Amino acid sequence: MKAFLILEDGTVFEGTSIGAKKEIISEIVFNTSMTGYLEVLTDPSYAGQAVTMTYPLIGNYGICYQDMESKKGWPDGFIVRELSRMPSNFRSEDTVQHFLEENDIPGICGIDTRALTKILREKGTMNGMITTNEDYNLDEILPKLKAYIVTGVVKKVSCDKKEEYVPGDIGSKEGKADKNVAVIDVGTKKNIIRCLLNRGCNVTVYPCDFDAKEVIASKPDGIMITNGPGDPSECTDIIEQIKILSEAGIPIFAICLGHQLMALAHGAKTYKMKYGHRGANHPVKNLETGKVYISSQNHGYVVDADSIDASVAKPWFVNVNDKTVEGLTYMGKKVKTVQFHPEANAGPKDSELLFDEFMNMIGGNK
Amino acid sequence: MPKLEGIKKVLVIGSGPIVIGQAAEFDYAGTQACRSLKEEGLEVVLVNSNPATIMTDKDIADKVYIEPLTVDVLQKIIEVEKPDSLLPNMGGQAGLNLGMELAESGFLDSHGVKLLGTTAETIRNAEGRQEFKDMMERIGEPCAPSELVTNVEDGIAFAEKIGYPVVLRPAYTLGGSGGGIAHNREELIEIISNGLRLSRTSEVLVERCIAGWKEIEYEVMRDSNGTCITVCNMENLDPVGVHTGDSIVVAPSQTLSDKEYQMLRTSALKIIDELGITGGCNVQFALHPTSFEYIVIEVNPRVSRSSALASKATGYPIAKVSAKIALGYNLDEIPNAVTGKTYASFEPALDYCVVKIPRLPFDKFIKAKRTLTTQMKATGEVMSICTNFEGGLMKALRSLEQHVDCLVNDEYINMTDEEVVEQLAVVDDRRIFVVAEAIRRGVTYDKIHEITMIDEWFIDKIAILVEMEQKLKKADKLDKELLKEAKRLEFPDTVIARFTGKTEEEIRDMRYEWGITAAFKMVDTCAAEFASETPYYYSCFDSINEVEDNTKKKKIMVLGSGPIRIGQGIEFDYCSVHSVWALEEEGYETIIVNNNPETVSTDFDIANKLYFEPLTPEDVENIVRLEKPDGAVVQFGGQTAIKLTEALLKMGVKILGTSAENVDAAEDRELFDEILERCCIPRPSGKTVFTTEEALVAAKELGYPVLVRPSYVLGGQGMQIAVSDDDIKEYMAVINRYHQDHPILVDKYLMGKEVEVDAVCDGEDILIPGIMEHVERAGIHSGDSISVYPAQSITEKIQKVIVDYTRKLARSLHVIGLINIQFIVYQDEVFVIEVNPRSSRTVPYISKVTGIPIVDLASKVILGAKVSDFGYGTGLAKKSDYLAIKMPVFSFEKLRGAEISLGPEMKSTGECLGISKSFDEALYKAFLGAGVDLPKHKKMILTVKDSDKLEAVDIAKRFKKLGYEIFATRNTARVLNDHGVLAIPVNRINEEAPTLMDLLLEHQIDLVVDTPTYGDKLKDGFLIRRTAIETGVNCLTSLDTAAALLTSLENSDTEHLSVVDIATISKEMYGDMK
Repeated sequence: MKAFLILEDGTVFEGTSIGAKKEIISEIVFNTSMTGYLEVLTDPSYAGQAVTMTYPLIGNYGICYQDMESKKGWPDGFIVRELSRMPSNFRSEDTVQHFLEENDIPGICGIDTRALTKILREKGTMNGMITTNEDYNLDEILPKLKAYIVTGVVKKVSCDKKEEYVPGDIGSKEGKADKNVAVIDVGTKKNIIRCLLNRGCNVTVYPCDFDAKEVIASKPDGIMITNGPGDPSECTDIIEQIKILSEAGIPIFAICLGHQLMALAHGAKTYKMKYGHRGANHPVKNLETGKVYISSQNHGYVVDADSIDASVAKPWFVNVNDKTVEGLTYMGKKVKTVQFHPEANAGPKDSELLFDEFMNMIGGNK
Repeated sequence: MPKLEGIKKVLVIGSGPIVIGQAAEFDYAGTQACRSLKEEGLEVVLVNSNPATIMTDKDIADKVYIEPLTVDVLQKIIEVEKPDSLLPNMGGQAGLNLGMELAESGFLDSHGVKLLGTTAETIRNAEGRQEFKDMMERIGEPCAPSELVTNVEDGIAFAEKIGYPVVLRPAYTLGGSGGGIAHNREELIEIISNGLRLSRTSEVLVERCIAGWKEIEYEVMRDSNGTCITVCNMENLDPVGVHTGDSIVVAPSQTLSDKEYQMLRTSALKIIDELGITGGCNVQFALHPTSFEYIVIEVNPRVSRSSALASKATGYPIAKVSAKIALGYNLDEIPNAVTGKTYASFEPALDYCVVKIPRLPFDKFIKAKRTLTTQMKATGEVMSICTNFEGGLMKALRSLEQHVDCLVNDEYINMTDEEVVEQLAVVDDRRIFVVAEAIRRGVTYDKIHEITMIDEWFIDKIAILVEMEQKLKKADKLDKELLKEAKRLEFPDTVIARFTGKTEEEIRDMRYEWGITAAFKMVDTCAAEFASETPYYYSCFDSINEVEDNTKKKKIMVLGSGPIRIGQGIEFDYCSVHSVWALEEEGYETIIVNNNPETVSTDFDIANKLYFEPLTPEDVENIVRLEKPDGAVVQFGGQTAIKLTEALLKMGVKILGTSAENVDAAEDRELFDEILERCCIPRPSGKTVFTTEEALVAAKELGYPVLVRPSYVLGGQGMQIAVSDDDIKEYMAVINRYHQDHPILVDKYLMGKEVEVDAVCDGEDILIPGIMEHVERAGIHSGDSISVYPAQSITEKIQKVIVDYTRKLARSLHVIGLINIQFIVYQDEVFVIEVNPRSSRTVPYISKVTGIPIVDLASKVILGAKVSDFGYGTGLAKKSDYLAIKMPVFSFEKLRGAEISLGPEMKSTGECLGISKSFDEALYKAFLGAGVDLPKHKKMILTVKDSDKLEAVDIAKRFKKLGYEIFATRNTARVLNDHGVLAIPVNRINEEAPTLMDLLLEHQIDLVVDTPTYGDKLKDGFLIRRTAIETGVNCLTSLDTAAALLTSLENSDTEHLSVVDIATISKEMYGDMK
């Protein structure tokens, strides 16, 4: 069946429909990872977006369910150049085609994803529609696309109620836990939790409408604020709660959306980037050691470096390519945050050692 | 300026002659590194014995020594030049070994020379088998259970402990030379004995066999600050068991999930971090196909063939960045030259699929074993880029120029299903075609996988291509959708035409009518994330074109020479690159088209635009439609480019330089004879034939011996000397394996002195930089002969005749550009045997030793300049003060079963140079550069054919005088003894021990001189020659070569060799001239 991707600027790509046969409007973004499409599909940060994979051959190794980063697929749509008709991998249990159907995600394949990426790069991220309706009317659709705003996505992806994990859960290393970490789930990937479990932590995951006082009262050794989707400045309630958490003296490590929320809680500003960072090849430089790590990234917003009060926080990591803020350490507080994904999945594990640093912050030694 | 202080003058070691396992990739890496160093304002001193390379050009380095790569010579150069540092990791294993020896002996320290980049200790840890294993154990990275043995007994004991099959890898050898898989004790003994002899350290690693696992490679970089990145990973379609150089390789990996990809990436980075590598490094893994188990196969702490491939596959210039790291820069301080916006500390993201296929030399060595093993056999490779794997495979297949344009191979069509399945188990260069045939026969993926261990993802992709063949065959009407899909899979029009019963023109017209045309995309290292300006492009279908014709300058297209193969090597890349540079200097925009990832010409900053595409008419036409070049240059890209002439003319592209008709005239026997007659130039009498019967008649008329060869070939392919009707029958059968469009030539064979010239001609005047004379008598291919400049035994009178003939021929053929002519001087008369109105193998060599840059001159002549404008004069240029000898280098030890005796068909893979003011020293250095380092044991074997026996007496006398003990077969011994030369008779192989074979295996023999009878079908000589080669004994098959070797040994002061900076020659001869 034919499918169409219609962009806000009027560009139309014609391809073949994949996945669910429904029409969606979403923000169109691109990801440059060459592997890890399932991790991308199940990363809650993609809620409210339709993802284009720039690597043209997707689905080669099928679906290995244990690689899912959350309980389901999140993007509104999936855009690829070619889906492998026959996956091959010893762990493969399913095909991408079927996964998309099961998760009610519509998609389009057979389009020139490079040409699409160039449009997004030149004109910036924009909204688009995936439809199978051959009689689409641009005059009707374009105003709708322009008006569309992604909103309320954190609530959508966060867990409903508190969840408890111990080492050995979700494929982590078995072992005795000697630390307790509270995880604030604003859209967490499983591997953040797994990285903590692997280091001997019991993990309590709080939903995004958590009460800071309750978290503090549980006396965790450390707090982790996770990644997540959407515009951080929209999350005013969460920011207020995070402000309280950060005053409690408990070591905090925050990733991605968590990093942005922490900055907002400290008076800094965020802005939307032209087309974001989404991929597994972004170099970030540790300003303390001068060492560069290749990181996995997925963000459309970024903390404005000029808005940071030097007495409140100082840059910890910086992006080597565009010099944007990739990490902050807060003055006089045990609070460190990074914009990239040390938990990887998909992507390189070079910066996973930041979890070890967090363990040092909370007095653990794993 | 470099970040490290005190670096002002750097010595760079090249990799020497092209041999299998060490080829053009090091010219590419070395050239890039030298340019990168010069960019930093450093003085670069280069040493490389290979004159055909671009790196040994005075434009690339400040001081250029084309000298033998030995420790003594390097010490001498260091003493003369006093560099402050040495960069050893650009010259492959050869360069690295030398750097190590210099460092370990303390010579570098005592002369204040710093080793740049990776340290000697790192190299030891990565390359010494035991050190490496210990280190892997220390950091918990898995290696295959293995043991380093120094004798056969220990090898047997260990193999029997871990169980057969076992893999054997000699330490410190090229291209896995001497390695292999042993399935039982007999095979083990054979391979291990051989490996011990070939290893520099007499060590062989016996290890668990992991054949059938996935073979995955990572190209990684590390700076001295400890930042590590991956440039690219690659997956071999051929599982472990086939050397990666002989495997079909795809980048990035296709069948690995992120978990596996990152697991191996993490391991690779951990290893280079532990080794403390600074620069580029290659890590090879074996990954179990059905688990996460993996094994580190090997680590190469230097640029390599894989790093060249990775550079071309991603656009990331590994050698350049490595050189900068060696100077102290960190990755995040080195700009990414491709995007101009990012830094070298990021990992390239690909949005296409790259396929590499090796170019194997079995068309040259039809008797050699085609089996692919852990010992590399390929002479070169092609790469293709496409948005899908199927298309990449199809493009790469047709880039090979091996009469193949799709997955159909006639050899298997008539086999029964059972035979096809049996054939699947044969691991050779044709396996991909067998897999396709098996799919056609309905063999299941499971079955194919079980036998070949090729991942089913690849099998399915091959199946998609086979299905398309069938759809095209069955289609009642070729509709738009089907044609579109066939083009998306990169089926060329010729193949679609063949399957649908239409003509190529019909298919092309249909495509244009339906708007199915190729689009061009950019290789930008970042999957379009950042805007890039790099003009590096590939084509694909079903896509939006992104390449613009954005220049106001006149555009010239330069056609490259495709994969390196015997007969068409790196010298044509030298010519293409120099032509590009010269044309740019004249203000033109240059476009290069080529498909060889190893070469300098496919570096993204050589031409103004680079199209990485197959060199077929259709692929070139796609580019022509887009770029509309004002002209094309075909005379520098060897036969590959010449073959495109007619097609280019049809597309309306003007051929610059010598016209197509005149190129034809030189190849067309009748036209050429007319020209010769008009010029009163004699040539050996000959006939043109098509069939064996005609050939037999022709031979009879001419009288044996005769020379048989097809027209329009390179490197004397298929050329043979026939002495009997049987020979004619055999050779004609070989030639007619492929359909011949052009007649076959049968010529009277004259055994005279062979002389060769290259000349630049503007249609009127000519300039001959020098006359070259071959040491071996006619009958041995010019590429395999030792070539001497200036000619030594040619009289003034004969020289004049040669110049006169050259001028006449160049004028009659209206040559604009280069011409190469080969002559035979026979009984004081000059005969023309071959004329090529194009660049030749000798062009780089003669340019360098005479100081006359003839490719630059030819390029300018093509644009309208006159030979007399250049200041070098016309006619024969003045003689240089130097004698330069070009020595062929062979790779016979890599090709089991290949016949090594020389003849009219070219067999050498590379060459080296000996240059000196004295003839004997030049000759000595040339032999030394080719690896002939004598005397050692002063024992030799002499066995010659009857017609050589008398001549052999003198040779034997001279060896005796040098103190050699001579062993000979009974007949040869008798003749020698009869003439008063003491020779010890030895039994033939099938006689009672001790035989010649036993003698060889005692490792006391320096040299075998064995002149085979033409058409020699006896196994004895063949076996002796092969054994000599495989045990590392020098083996000469011509008495002329033996005499030359004697001359060099008799007269040279081997202790005090002079060294020559060839960059000064031009200045000495012609002053400061542009």
